[in-house]
Amino acid sequence: MAAPVSTQTVDLAARFPGAVTAEARPGYAGFIVEKDKLVEVATAIRDEFGFDLLTTVTAVDYLPEDKMEVVYHAYKTTGGPGLVFRVQVPRADPIEVPSLIDVWPGVDLQEREAWDLMGIRFSGHPDLRRILMWEGYEGHPLRKDWQEPFYEEDVKPFKSRWPEGKHVMAEEKNPFRDNVKFLENFDPEKWIPENEEMLYSSLKRYTVQSEDGMSTDRIVINMGPQHPSTHGVFRAALTLEGETIVGLKPVVGYLHRNHEKIGERNTFIQNMPYTDRLDYFNSMSNNLGYAIAVEKLMKIPVAERAEYIRVIMVELSRIQNHFIFIGMLLNDLGAMYTPALYAFEERELILDIFEAVAGSRMMCNYLRFGGVVRDVPEDVMQKIKGLVFERLPAKTDEMDRLLSENEVLVARLKGVHVIDGETAIKYSVTGPVLRAAGVPYDIRRADPYSIYDRFEFDVAMRPNGDLFDNYIIRLDEIRQSLRILQQAVKQIPDGPINSQKPQYQVRVPAGEAYGRIESPKGELGYYVVSNGKPNPWRYHVRAPSFVNITCLEQMCIGTKIADFVALLGVLDIVMGELDR
Amino acid sequence: MDNERLSLPQYDIPEDIQNAVTITTLDRLYNWGRRSSVWPLMFGLACCAIEMIAAQASRYDMARFGMEVMRPTPRQADMMLVSGTVTKKMLPAIVRLYNQMPEPKYVVAMGACASGGGPFKEGYNVVAGIDKFLPVDVYIPGCPPTPQALIAGMIKLQEKIDKESIKKVRWYRKGPDTVEVPIPILGPDLIDPRRNQEIKAAAAQKATKESA
Ligand code: SF4
Repeated sequence: MAAPVSTQTVDLAARFPGAVTAEARPGYAGFIVEKDKLVEVATAIRDEFGFDLLTTVTAVDYLPEDKMEVVYHAYKTTGGPGLVFRVQVPRADPIEVPSLIDVWPGVDLQEREAWDLMGIRFSGHPDLRRILMWEGYEGHPLRKDWQEPFYEEDVKPFKSRWPEGKHVMAEEKNPFRDNVKFLENFDPEKWIPENEEMLYSSLKRYTVQSEDGMSTDRIVINMGPQHPSTHGVFRAALTLEGETIVGLKPVVGYLHRNHEKIGERNTFIQNMPYTDRLDYFNSMSNNLGYAIAVEKLMKIPVAERAEYIRVIMVELSRIQNHFIFIGMLLNDLGAMYTPALYAFEERELILDIFEAVAGSRMMCNYLRFGGVVRDVPEDVMQKIKGLVFERLPAKTDEMDRLLSENEVLVARLKGVHVIDGETAIKYSVTGPVLRAAGVPYDIRRADPYSIYDRFEFDVAMRPNGDLFDNYIIRLDEIRQSLRILQQAVKQIPDGPINSQKPQYQVRVPAGEAYGRIESPKGELGYYVVSNGKPNPWRYHVRAPSFVNITCLEQMCIGTKIADFVALLGVLDIVMGELDR
Repeated sequence: MDNERLSLPQYDIPEDIQNAVTITTLDRLYNWGRRSSVWPLMFGLACCAIEMIAAQASRYDMARFGMEVMRPTPRQADMMLVSGTVTKKMLPAIVRLYNQMPEPKYVVAMGACASGGGPFKEGYNVVAGIDKFLPVDVYIPGCPPTPQALIAGMIKLQEKIDKESIKKVRWYRKGPDTVEVPIPILGPDLIDPRRNQEIKAAAAQKATKESA
């Protein structure tokens, strides 16, 4: 189903002489665009060159060169390699870059994130507020000269822990004896807390006139951050007219755990267990994305057997994710617990496998650069075979029989519009939601990584883009994953499980890499910049949950509040990854 | 019925009426009732919440301990299971939820993050342990604690309830009947209103040090 991979090379520099130069730094690729021409060039990239899907926007602080850089990754939904382009600006406030929100509306939240954490103003962005931290917070944390209150040293391992091992509590070194810092002469009693005026005034933009002359009150309600249906600490501020949603703003950051700041202090290998905690349902896929990014930088091969093990683990992970998705969706729709209990039963069996190979049920920390950390023992392999040939196919059919023709469920799901393909692409939506809207874009096919080009499978696709398609596509994907698994367990060769020697510290040459995989939720990408030192200079996670909620507003306006829960449900967000 | 915990051992009740008659103290009866129906507040913070859900599901089944009734509203909950990383942005909401819970109320810190910041302690948006703000009854180590560990923690909580006496518990004493914790404020950084003076003094000291 995938379109032929395009071999046409893109020469932006020739198309825009003077405005675009090809990247010359070793280890880097792509083009540097002049700031003033950015919107024009971006429009051409989208319309002339056909890169319709802008997946990543992020910023890098090149402190030694006194530069800030905004990096964009664009792809074609028909497949093929991507295009990297970037803008460089001097590192002096105010740092301004034109917003691309008119070219790709999907950059909305990512630009807000870059403003929040890096302090880059995107001129032309209609609603540039902080997103992960709160309004009023002091400083832009991801800048290289910004230090957190518990700052110890620039890089790990900290000298206080190794080799001397004289650790003192971080609290004892901070003047406020806590994880806080304030400017001198700060007086907490005089502080006026922010009352989220900016949030609510951004909601006021939706004024609809009542046609029949009736004046109806428009009320603003907040769902979350503690709400049983928001899958964690997600909050949505909604404007309602009667029961119809007329405005919506997602409010996130309640689980912002500073992955990127911590990740830039960590050594490369130390980040592996942190990636587990991003999308905590799928630690195996998180590991894979990161491993691929760093392996690209290191230019090392992956051991043959390890490639198969990786595929097996990642596909098992996808299956349990989709099972849980179905259970949770039914929970949200009011079928409290019964389907979820079925789903958790299968998940436990898959987690048993993870525990047997990695030692932990959820936080596997299983992959290493060049391979995996432990081999799969023969008895575990037998268990996997039992699962993929017998138990899981039967259980998938059982789930299907149990739910797909249930009259109540079908009536509730069929015809409730989620999103159409064109809008989904504009808003950078990826994953099952995009495929349920009729766009067969799956990175495993569109831009194959690992050894996915060796397996026979179909890209699941459904044409209608309603709730029902979003539900049923998960079952389709489980079946395709099972197909991949059945081939993988048959073909897996013997041999070493890592192409490298086990090592504590890896050597990573300077350069940048963007590793992306098709995680169960969409495109999971890691943007890693190395400057040759033992820890990454920049470590950015392009989380599918985060980018997918950009279109939430678009999806929900005009629907009933009761559908909001289901619409949010099909996006399958996980807060650990959304907020990072 | 769990007669072992309810009956006092020193009374000999004839075997044939043991299922119908029990001699016990008011304390025991009171605690036996409470320990067997601890309703948790339905709220998950991070990765640990997933193991909490797994513990509710069929393989581990917390319903065996009377803890399956997750209440989404704090007004009906007995226990707050802080299941995951507490961030500064989330903290005001957590403290408010705690204040809204009626007595008797318990707090269980599940996992490394809730107990002390865990792997993310150094993060700028992370609170190094919920016990900086709320009184914690049980800490459960692990990242995440397995469902078995969670259940062990719940049993510890039951043991704690068993030891309480109706004469001494704080919610039957004079004065306000719940513990209220002042709600933290999101300023340039997290402000704990109980420590205003301390923060002011430290900030002033910082100023003199920097000008010197
Ligand atoms: S203790 Fe570990 S598993 Fe639990 S919330 Fe923290 S990081 Fe996640």
